[in-house]
Amino acid sequence: MSAAEQALARTEAVPLSLRGPAATRVVAGYGFWLFLLSDIIIFAALFAAYAVLSGETAGGPTGATLFDKTHVLIETACLLASSVTCGFGSLAVQSGSRNSTYFWMAITFILGVTFLSLELSEFSHMLEIGAGPSRSAFLSAFFTLVGTHGLHVTIGLCWLIVMLLQVATLGFQPMVSRRFFCFGLFWHALDIVWIGVFTIVYLGAHL
Amino acid sequence: MHTASRDRMSPEVTRTPRGSARWLRAISMTGAALLMASCNEGVLDPHGPVGKAERVILYDSTAIMLAVVIPVIVLTLVFAWWFRARNSQARYRPDWEYSGRIEMIIWSIPALIILFLGGIAWTGSHDLDPPMPLAESTAPLDIEVISLDWRWLFIYPHEGIASLNRLVVPAGVPLRFRLTSTTVMNSFFVPQLGSQIYTMPNMVTRLNLEADQTGTFEGLSAQFSGDGFSDMRFELVSTETEAFKDWIKTTKTQGGVLDKNTFQELLTPAKAEGAQTYAQVSEGLFDWVSSRSMAAVAPQRGQ
Amino acid sequence: MGRLTWAAIPFDQPVVMIASGTVGFVIFCVLALVTVKGWWPYLWREWITSVDHKRIGVMYIALALLMLVRGFSDAMLMRSQLALAAGHAQGYLPPEHYDQIFSAHGTIMIFFVAMPFVIGLMNFVLPLQLGVRDVAFPVLNSVGFWLSAAGVLLVNVSLVVGEFARTGWLAYPPLSEVAYSPGVGVDYYLWSLQISGLGTLLSGINLTTTILKLRAPGMGYRQMPIFCWTALASNLLIVAAFPILTATFAMLLLDRYCGFHFFTNDFGGNPMMYINLIWCWGHPEVYILILPAFGVFSEVVATFSGKPLFGRRSMVMATMAICVLSFMVWLHHFFTMGAGADVNAIFGILSMVIAIPTGVKIFNWLFTMYGGRIRFTVPVYWTIGFMVTFAIGGMTGVLHAIPPADFVLHNSLFLVAHFHNVIIGGVVFGVMAGITYWFPKAFGFTLNERLGKAVFWCWFFGFYLAFMPLYVLGLMGATRRMQHYSNMHWQPLMLVALAGAILILLGIALTGVQLAVSIRRREQNRDVTGDPWNGRTLEWSTPSPPPAWNFSHLPPVGRTDAFWAMKQQRGTAQDPGIKRTYEAIHLPRNNPTGFFLAFCAVVLGFSLIWRIWWGAELGLLGAIVVGLMQAWRTNGEIEVPAEKVAAYERLHGLKESAV
Repeated sequence: MSAAEQALARTEAVPLSLRGPAATRVVAGYGFWLFLLSDIIIFAALFAAYAVLSGETAGGPTGATLFDKTHVLIETACLLASSVTCGFGSLAVQSGSRNSTYFWMAITFILGVTFLSLELSEFSHMLEIGAGPSRSAFLSAFFTLVGTHGLHVTIGLCWLIVMLLQVATLGFQPMVSRRFFCFGLFWHALDIVWIGVFTIVYLGAHL
Repeated sequence: MHTASRDRMSPEVTRTPRGSARWLRAISMTGAALLMASCNEGVLDPHGPVGKAERVILYDSTAIMLAVVIPVIVLTLVFAWWFRARNSQARYRPDWEYSGRIEMIIWSIPALIILFLGGIAWTGSHDLDPPMPLAESTAPLDIEVISLDWRWLFIYPHEGIASLNRLVVPAGVPLRFRLTSTTVMNSFFVPQLGSQIYTMPNMVTRLNLEADQTGTFEGLSAQFSGDGFSDMRFELVSTETEAFKDWIKTTKTQGGVLDKNTFQELLTPAKAEGAQTYAQVSEGLFDWVSSRSMAAVAPQRGQ
Repeated sequence: MGRLTWAAIPFDQPVVMIASGTVGFVIFCVLALVTVKGWWPYLWREWITSVDHKRIGVMYIALALLMLVRGFSDAMLMRSQLALAAGHAQGYLPPEHYDQIFSAHGTIMIFFVAMPFVIGLMNFVLPLQLGVRDVAFPVLNSVGFWLSAAGVLLVNVSLVVGEFARTGWLAYPPLSEVAYSPGVGVDYYLWSLQISGLGTLLSGINLTTTILKLRAPGMGYRQMPIFCWTALASNLLIVAAFPILTATFAMLLLDRYCGFHFFTNDFGGNPMMYINLIWCWGHPEVYILILPAFGVFSEVVATFSGKPLFGRRSMVMATMAICVLSFMVWLHHFFTMGAGADVNAIFGILSMVIAIPTGVKIFNWLFTMYGGRIRFTVPVYWTIGFMVTFAIGGMTGVLHAIPPADFVLHNSLFLVAHFHNVIIGGVVFGVMAGITYWFPKAFGFTLNERLGKAVFWCWFFGFYLAFMPLYVLGLMGATRRMQHYSNMHWQPLMLVALAGAILILLGIALTGVQLAVSIRRREQNRDVTGDPWNGRTLEWSTPSPPPAWNFSHLPPVGRTDAFWAMKQQRGTAQDPGIKRTYEAIHLPRNNPTGFFLAFCAVVLGFSLIWRIWWGAELGLLGAIVVGLMQAWRTNGEIEVPAEKVAAYERLHGLKESAV
């Protein structure tokens, strides 16, 4: 046997990098992680723009006058809670239990929708009082940063519906549970980004 | 020039060593001629202390780098030629892939060069920083520059006059520029005097230059700004101090007034056509232009 | 129909109408020929819906070659205009037209020629060098390619319907804002690049995952070929940098479409921020292009010198150092914006520091040649041409990195000469070397050597003739993007530059001739062994062209230059012998998702450009439907039975091969 084949035979002693192509599940998760990192870089660029433009209110309203702390607190609670329920949902997927999956993911969905409607009500209020994105550079940056996060949440919720339909029609095939894993990563990553938004935008405005 | 080996598949590509020496000579002479041609105008023919300092940096850095680049190019051609497959005299070392000594040398050579050039970059950036005043005993002349679509407006704030597309300055006097733009970014550049600097709306950039002799030097915008960009040129005329004072006196007697209203006319996009002067400039006009967006008052560009 | 009217077609501009008419006619003839010959089923099955990395790689390169012709036509227009427009002459291209041409030239050459060339090479080669069957996500690979093609289509449509951006290839605001570019030109630019940028990002994720998670058994990072290392660095840069481009263009689009104020002159917008963000992407971008080219040269030098690459470990370290450093130098593209002495100096020094690992690489190639037995094939010509040319280009780059030097050279023709020096001398030469080197693997026969050398000499001499005068002109005070100039001294140099461009044009034409001649003479130039160059890496252990599954058995790898080691071991005690038992192989099935997604992207992009809102909704809806259909596709794999694999191996009997 060649050295490489001998090495293969003793798989535990062989480092991960030498074991040959990784399993599909690992590859899918890894690729999705890379995509998430690239998405976070988009947010990084938007955060940078926000930081540069946060003082450019062009004589219009500032964050301190616009942001309602209670409102944001409830939004945050919804989103963080939805991450917890998503975690339970992921466990349900792993154990192959349909009803549990539907239950926990439905709650996740409801919490996500609540978050979105709170955010949309905040946006529409700001538009009504003339504090829309074309009022100043600060507001452009605010609406884009928070809005992009909201867009991701919306896409996530649509994705969740699709995933639940896939469970209903295809069951818990490897393909479906791989996708649920990726969805979980996505949903938790959105949470992390929100913590950044919450801190830099909302708390930062009141400093 | 690389000499091709006698490749059986392409016999006509062979060149004799003597033939390539002739090519090499022809090309280096052409190159030298081209370089000398560029020495009579532009960046390599500076007429001010800033440009002269920058030319020194250009020459010194190029010389330092050529000390490595030329041997590298020569070695590339020599190694390629000597170790060609048909050369039985060359020693074939099929397993030689590492040498600690060579590694140390090939990391150190570029590192040393960069260390040296880095020093030049640090001191040069600080000595020639555009806002830094020139080390001269003469009092500087303040000039305010506004880039328009597609012309240059020069305001002499203390003299109270302005000039369009023509910048008259006294020789041997440091020029202290404050610059801004009305619409899009431009770059104020007089190659024979030295550094350029961007002009940007709602911002003020600063530059210090000096013309040490009399003469007429070409100025341009070095940042693309639209359809009239290629014509956006101006003249910098450096005169004797007395002649400059006469020019100021004459300008004050002819030409119109430049205030916020007449300035508005300059905001209409138009290609540069000849020079013009203003006998009077309202105070604080430059600050007014540089501190607010001209988008509100400037007409939009058509299709 | 939104803003789209018949007035969008420039019937009054003869140059444009003739150009688009010719192109349209050629496209019509090609489509007609394909229809008449009944090739559509073959094209659909074997190419359009293929998810095979080898096919996709070839399609990327074909796309790039096509766009090279378009981008180079723009270059010829620019060179001829400048050769004529001296003194009072205005040339034949008015500024409104000329400004679009130089913007299109830069955009096309970077995004639709250089990127597809490099991505195509990496796509084709990586799984073969890594000893695996395909990339990590084959369907995504197809999506990425077709999205790039969608971007290409949109850019080319702008020639005849509407106009292109008149802002230069990076579309700086405030010039690119609605106030100063009210037409659709900048919108064409932004949407086609957003679409193809998404494709590039997907490709970056795909190839990074492939290199890090899909390698033959025994191939750790130390055994991985050097081209894979440079590809890894390049793809990491794609994943990290392209999102910045996406975000920045999104902000500009919001400014233009929705009245936001990111980069406007009023209400607090900041154009300087755009310049920072865009170059945060822009500088890694040029390293994305050059690193795979460096990888090609490493492979070529080692193979044709008959020696392993010298200093492999320091090559890898240098590559990763360049990868990281490329994110720290972006400000050197705008020293003249006035950041101050400290900031300028720091970025200048960091920019020079990148020259250190680059210099190390050149020395390593030099010492790979030392002690070798160099065969002067066409790839070696390109490599030596590169080493000479890139040394000069790198030197002028370091010159620009010194802020006070840059103050007099910024945006001049000297700068233009510098970046063409490194891009042509580095990326183009590298891609040409790579195409020639791997062509026999892809198609089963080698390219004509004599014509290949002629192409090289045309490019080599053409480059020097075209760009050395530009260095001189830059020193004489000539700036870039001029449509005409008044200094008559400059005209002779412009004429020499035109001559150089014509020589390069000859080189491009000869490439086409070379292809035709090689195809006609392919039986004489058949690659029967799969190893025409006595190669060192695993791709040469497969037949030419390889089967869809690349390797009938995944090759067990022991050390670097795995195939070379296998060849050394043949007939010795270490020779593992030929395996004669085969297993069934699972391959991904053909998939039309990529093609249909791209079709929807074109509809979406075109509709957004012209503000045809119902068309945009249609395009988006179509994309969602295609995506959902893919989500429910459960028959994504086909199985190649073991007997078929065995039959293939018997037929292509590489008796001396160990795999």
